[in-house]
Amino acid sequence: MFYRENGQFKASYRADLALFPVAQDRRAVLALALIAFVAVPWLASDYTFRAVLIPFLVLSLAALGLNVLVGYCGQISLGTGAFMAVGAYAAYNLQVRIEGMPLLLSLIGGGLAATVCGVLFGLPSLRIRGLYLAVATLAAQFFIDWFTNRVPWVTNNSSSGSVSVGTLQLFGLPLETPAQRYLLCLSLVVVCGILTKNLVRGAIGREWMAMRDMDVAAAVIGIRPVHAKLTAFAVSSFIVGVAGALWGFVHLGAWEPAAFGIDKSFQLLFMIIIGGLGSIVGSFFGAAFIVLLPLLLNHVPHWLGLPLSTAAASHLEHMIFGALIVFFLIVEPHGLARLWSTARQKLRLWPFPH
Amino acid sequence: MSLKTLARGALSVAALAGALLPVAVHAQAATEQFIPLLVYRTGQFAPLGMPWADGKQDYLKLINARDGGVNGVKLAFEECETAYDAAKGVECYERLKGKGGGASGFDTQSTGITFAVTDKAFVDKVVVETPGYGLSQSADGTVFEWNFPLLGTYWTAADVMLQDIAKKEKGSLKGKKIALVYHDSPYGKEPIPLLQKRAAAEGFEVVLYPVTPPGVEQKSTWLQIRQQRPDYVLFWSAGVMTPAGIREAQASGYPREKIYAIWWAGSDHDVKDIGAGAKGYNAITLHNSSAKDKVHDELKKFVYDKNQGTGPATGIGAIAHTRGMMISMLQVEAIRTAQEKFGKGKVMTPEQVRWGFENLNLTADRLKSLGFGEVMRPVQTSCANHMGTDWARIVQWDGAKWTLASDWYQSDKTHIDPLVKEYAAKYAKDKNLKPRSCG
Repeated sequence: MFYRENGQFKASYRADLALFPVAQDRRAVLALALIAFVAVPWLASDYTFRAVLIPFLVLSLAALGLNVLVGYCGQISLGTGAFMAVGAYAAYNLQVRIEGMPLLLSLIGGGLAATVCGVLFGLPSLRIRGLYLAVATLAAQFFIDWFTNRVPWVTNNSSSGSVSVGTLQLFGLPLETPAQRYLLCLSLVVVCGILTKNLVRGAIGREWMAMRDMDVAAAVIGIRPVHAKLTAFAVSSFIVGVAGALWGFVHLGAWEPAAFGIDKSFQLLFMIIIGGLGSIVGSFFGAAFIVLLPLLLNHVPHWLGLPLSTAAASHLEHMIFGALIVFFLIVEPHGLARLWSTARQKLRLWPFPH
Repeated sequence: MSLKTLARGALSVAALAGALLPVAVHAQAATEQFIPLLVYRTGQFAPLGMPWADGKQDYLKLINARDGGVNGVKLAFEECETAYDAAKGVECYERLKGKGGGASGFDTQSTGITFAVTDKAFVDKVVVETPGYGLSQSADGTVFEWNFPLLGTYWTAADVMLQDIAKKEKGSLKGKKIALVYHDSPYGKEPIPLLQKRAAAEGFEVVLYPVTPPGVEQKSTWLQIRQQRPDYVLFWSAGVMTPAGIREAQASGYPREKIYAIWWAGSDHDVKDIGAGAKGYNAITLHNSSAKDKVHDELKKFVYDKNQGTGPATGIGAIAHTRGMMISMLQVEAIRTAQEKFGKGKVMTPEQVRWGFENLNLTADRLKSLGFGEVMRPVQTSCANHMGTDWARIVQWDGAKWTLASDWYQSDKTHIDPLVKEYAAKYAKDKNLKPRSCG
């Protein structure tokens, strides 16, 4: 009833190729952006910003980056945590070693360093695929873990191996309040989201998807595997690197190598599998599922006033969370994004399905 | 999948979103003093975290049950599980910092979380108390206004261990080889600068053996130790890593008497299951946390006999449990000190509690009346000295219980003080902080 596209005629190619061809989608997205940019900074509390929204946004960004590689190009990677670490440490070094380095440039610099690293570790993908590639990318994870732990230069000779960033400034303005930090993350997420969306529906995105669906056939029709795979690695690692830098700079403030361990890689991979492989919106769903659900489960006993011990609540949280993952994967193996698109299909006909 | 289920799903998602947002609305007028309890009862450090958390909570319960709070102000507390994870710790910190009129102080129980919240504490103006852990340089109160590494730091601990070794070696460490087997994290790396400094000054050699967390796999480390035969091993471990390390030492035949463990690796749960195999294993204690005193009896009488205990009654008197109580005691005394200045029977703001921490003066008499006379020695803090007075003893496991193996030690400040100054100054420079003057 509300979600009908009857009567919306597309009179130009431009309209047909629009990012959101359906008018309702356009309005909904605009409203969402308006809420996120205008309403939320006014309404949300400190806690919501720092513990809910910022981690959600940063991990969505990382999941988005990983989705380019795994979801769109079909190259399974277990090195995401490592690429985040490269982004974070590169941005940190840029900030520490160059006097007056603008924050935005350090973040982008972190992304670029991760790109180089990603392309380097993406080279094996030209020879190996599937699970074997996943194992090869594990090498990146272990190497970077070792590198950040063992090379004192990386942490600016910090004796404890933990690094921390000073006050953040953007265009000369201090980034102090959580709302400002949230807006920085949000802006970067929106920019990267739009760029990625446009990349995946352009020529290069088609190359990635062709590669994913069948690399031999793709090569036969003239797609260069080297180009397609390495660009996917490059774009993906760039976004992941920026996300890593944000995670360190904006969310944690001070971190140790363990913050970007293998757990993070797995967590991100689970996000896109649950959220939906090969879907932009799926990255956000996945991040929401993995970041927000445990938080919510953690809060529930408090709200209900259940006299659960901390340990029991924590174990229960893990169990329920695990069960929900299994449930969602059984109900919809293609992820939450597919649920979302099914819902939209149904909505088009609702309330008269026949 | 029908539309109905989808709609239901959408509804629950909306409920989820709605439920998360109003979390932070908690601006009720405070009548109780709120103390947040960051704990880890799960994960690799759980064996250490559980008695520690129990001790912290038990002492607060004791104060409420026995004294009815601090001068009539009841203590409210809430636990938050961090699993020793920095990101989760930050979430807990954010969740609890503003609760009940402001958190009285965060004992993060983790060096990594301490790093992450220290910067935030400057902005949020809440106390981070890290008795026996955290950043060693935060003893400098001129730079670290909100940090209190009370009773001792990893630098003082390493220093005391070296003193005890020197005593055994008839006064000189020259030419000795001392190994540091450490949890490869900020926690384990913390003593390295001091060890290296003293090694350079006194002519002994430091060999570093990092152990990848969680540290269940240490075979190669101890085989290397067998090969290189260091004269002593300093063991910076915690949680599941400790028994694993002792077992490997036993398997590779490294004498346990030559191992010196940091306080977090020297509690009953670490050695009990190994029993005689750990005989001779040395650990340093924070003040004298292996002792028992009146506070243990009172805890039993007022809390455990009424079935209000947090953990099992057998846990009373375990070193980690006692240490948890000490930490809560320091917190409570800081509140009490603050009340003496700002008004008895009132709820203190975080800034007032900070003043209390900075002006702690626990005399021997005071400690005795608190029931900690055997456990602790007098401690006094000041604006410039946020550590207070560090005392430590060495205890040894005799196969069934801990026995005192040394007299009281205090760290030698000739190496520590310049190091604290140097690192604190570096921190201040990195963060553009202006050290305050403590005139």
